[in-house]
Amino acid sequence: MRRVDPRAAGLAIGAPVLAVLFAALLSSIALVISGSSPIETFQSIVDYGTRPHNLIEIVNKSVTYYLSGLAVAIGFRMNLFNIGVDGQYRIAAFAAAVVGAAVPLPGVLRIVLVILVAVVVGALWAGLAAVLKVTRGVSEVISTIMLNAIAGGLVFYFLSPERLGVQATSNQIRTELLPADSWFPNFALSDGTLYGFVLVAIGCGAAYWVLLNRTRFGFDLRATGLSESAAVASGVNVKRMVVASMLLSGGVAGLVGLPVLLSDTHYYGQDFPLGYGFTGIAIALLGRNHPVGIAFGALLWSFLERSSLILDIQGVPKEIVTIMQGVTVLSVVIAYELVRRFGLVRQQRRVAAELSAQGAEARA
Amino acid sequence: MTAGLGTMAAPVAVPRRARRSRLPVALLAVAVGLVALSAVRLVTGADDLTSSGTVGAALRLAVPIGLAGLGGLWAERSGVVNIGLEGMLILGTWGGAWAGWHWGPWAGALVGMLFGALGGLLHAAATVTFGVDHIVSGVAITILGGGVARFLSALAYKHVPGAGVTQSPPVRDIGTVSIPGTGDWLRSVERHHWFVASDLAGMLRGLTTGVSRLALVAVLLVPLSYWILWRTKLGLRIRSCGENPQAAESLGVNVYRMKYLAVIVSGALAGLGGAFLSEVAAGIYREGQTNGRGYIGLAAMIFGNWRPGGLAAGAGLFGYTDALNLRSGGESVHALLLLLAVLLVAVAVWNVVRRRRLMAAVTLAVAGLLLWWFLAADRVPDEFVGFAPHLTTLLVLSLAAQRLRMPAADGRPYRRGEAR
Repeated sequence: MRRVDPRAAGLAIGAPVLAVLFAALLSSIALVISGSSPIETFQSIVDYGTRPHNLIEIVNKSVTYYLSGLAVAIGFRMNLFNIGVDGQYRIAAFAAAVVGAAVPLPGVLRIVLVILVAVVVGALWAGLAAVLKVTRGVSEVISTIMLNAIAGGLVFYFLSPERLGVQATSNQIRTELLPADSWFPNFALSDGTLYGFVLVAIGCGAAYWVLLNRTRFGFDLRATGLSESAAVASGVNVKRMVVASMLLSGGVAGLVGLPVLLSDTHYYGQDFPLGYGFTGIAIALLGRNHPVGIAFGALLWSFLERSSLILDIQGVPKEIVTIMQGVTVLSVVIAYELVRRFGLVRQQRRVAAELSAQGAEARA
Repeated sequence: MTAGLGTMAAPVAVPRRARRSRLPVALLAVAVGLVALSAVRLVTGADDLTSSGTVGAALRLAVPIGLAGLGGLWAERSGVVNIGLEGMLILGTWGGAWAGWHWGPWAGALVGMLFGALGGLLHAAATVTFGVDHIVSGVAITILGGGVARFLSALAYKHVPGAGVTQSPPVRDIGTVSIPGTGDWLRSVERHHWFVASDLAGMLRGLTTGVSRLALVAVLLVPLSYWILWRTKLGLRIRSCGENPQAAESLGVNVYRMKYLAVIVSGALAGLGGAFLSEVAAGIYREGQTNGRGYIGLAAMIFGNWRPGGLAAGAGLFGYTDALNLRSGGESVHALLLLLAVLLVAVAVWNVVRRRRLMAAVTLAVAGLLLWWFLAADRVPDEFVGFAPHLTTLLVLSLAAQRLRMPAADGRPYRRGEAR
C-alpha cells in the first residue's frame, strides 16, 4: 500500500478548486464590464442548473462529453494528441446509422451491431493518422485535424438522397430511422429521461482504469508517454504502441455520437451535433486524464452549458459561459503545473533534510 | 506532455553538403509546374486552372494562411509550439472588424494585430512562465478565443442593426493597388488560351492587378521575417532559444525574454491574418470564419521546413486549392487529378531508382486510382472539393515529412538555470 500524504492529496484537490474559483473571479470581472451583477448571475446559474429536470439533461449531455474526454485522454497518456475525435465520431455515427438501419436483425443484436460498427469505423479513421505517423512521420496533431475536415466532407457527400440519405422533410436530409425495437433502453424518471448509455460510459471509464493500471499494455502505454527512450530500452515497440493506442482512442471516439443516435434522434441528419471532440480535449485536461476526474470535468462542462440558457432570459450575454469554460481550462492546467512544481521542490527539500540527518547520525 | 509537431523520428545527423543557392532549383520547379499545369489545362479544357481570377483568389486566400504560418514560424523558431494560432486568428478577425468599423480599415489591421498579440502574450505567459505544455495551452487559447469573440460581439453589437453575436457590421475596404500598364495586354494574351503564354499572363495579371494593400503588406512580411530571424543579432538569439536554450543561456541570452517576444510577434502576425480575413476577404466578421486556417497555416510552416520561403510556397499551394473551390471547383479539381497522377508516377519512378519498392508500389497504386477516377468522372463532387486543401496537406506532409527538420528544442519545456 502506498502511504497517502495528506498535504499532497490536499494540493491535488485544491488545485482544480482554486482554478475554478479563479475562473469565477475573471468571469465576474467580465460580468461587471457587461453591466450585470456577478452574485445574482451565479445564483441564478446554480438555481437553474440544480432543478431536477435540468440535472437529468446535464447528466445526459455529460455522457457524450465523458466518452469524448476518455478518447482524448487515452492519447494524452501516451503523448499522442488525438484532435480528430470530432471527425472520428461523426463518420462513425454516420456509418453506424446507415448500417444499423439497413441490416435486418432483432432488437438487441442490432444495438450491438450499431455499437460495433461505430467502434470499428472510429478506430479505423484514427488508425489512418496512426499509420501516417509511424510510416511517414506525419505529426498526428496536423493529420487528425485534416482528417476532421475530410470526414465532414465525406459524410456530407454520402448524406444525400441519391446516395445513403433520405429526404425526410423538404429541408431535412437524414439516414433511415433505426427501428424502435433497437433504440437504446433509457431510464424514465419522474422529471425526464435519463440515457441508458450512462451505464456504457461508466463501463468505459472502469475499463480505462483497469487497462491503464492493471495490465501490461497500460503499463507500456504510460511508460511510453512518460519517457519514450526509457520505454524503448525496456523493450516496448513504440510504433506498435502508437498504432494500438490510436486505434483504442478512435474506438472510444466512435462511441461519442451514440448516446444521441441511439437514445435521442435515432437517425444521422444534417443537424447532427458537431464539436464534441474539442470539448473532449478540454474535459480530459480538466480531469487530468483520470477516469473520475474526467467525469467531474464532463459534469461541470455540461452544467455550465445548460445553465447558460437562463442567462439569456435575464439579459446577460450567455457567451460569458464560453469564457468561463476557456478560462477554467487554462487556469486548471496552470494550477496543476504550479502544484507539480511545488511538490517537486517539497520532495527535494525532504530528501535533502533526510540525507543530512543521516549524515549527522553517521558522524555522531 | 510535450511533443513536437514535426517528425517523430529522433533527429539524425544529416551529412552537410556545401551550401548551394536554392534559387535555381526553385525557379526550375516553378517552370516545370507551369508547363505541367498548362498542359493539363490544354488536355482537359479547365481554363480556370490558371485564370487571373483563380490566381487573384488564391493570393487572397493564401494571405491569412501565410500570416498564420509566419506566426507559427516565429514561435517555433524560439522553441514554443503555437497551436493556439487558430484562437489568435479568431481574435484578429474580431478585433479587425470591430476597429475597422469604428475607425477605418488601417486601424482595423492594427487592432487585429493587437488582439492577436494579446493572445500571444497569454500563450507566452502560460508556456514560458508557468511551463504549461505548449499544445495544451494552445488548445485552451483556441477555446478561449472563440468565447471572447462571441462575448465581445454580444457587448459591442447589441444595438447595431444588421449585426449581432455572430457577425459584425460591414467594414470599409482597404483598397487595392495595380501595377500600371499591365492589365490590358495581359488580359488579351490570357484570352487566347495559348500554351504557357496565356497561363503566365493569367497568373501575372492575378498577381499584379487589384491586389489588396493589406495583401501587399503581408507578402512583404515574409522577406522581413527572414531578414530579422536569419540576418540580425536578435534573430540569431531567438533561433538559438529554439535550438538549444541552455547554451543560449550560458552565452547570456535572456531566453525568457526572447521567447516572450517571439510568441507575442507570432500572435500579432496571426492577428493580422485574422484582420485580413474579416476586412479584406469577407468585408465582415462572421463567427467560424477562420475555419481551421490557423491549423492549415501551421501545416504550411511544417511543409516549408520551418523556413519563410517554403512556408510561403506552402501557403500559396493551400490558397490555390482553396481558390479552385470558388472558381468552377468541380472541373478544375478534376483536371488536377490528372496532374497529381502524373506527379505521383514521377515520385514512384524516383522511389524505384532509390530502391524503395514498397513506397514505389504504394505511390503507383494511388496514381492508378487517381487516373481511373479522372477517366471515370467528368467532375469532382463539390463536397470533395471542399476538403481539397486538407487532403493536399495530408498528401504533401506524408510525402515530405521525413525530410523535415524542426528546431531542436521545439516544444520542450525550459526552466531558467536548469540543466538538461
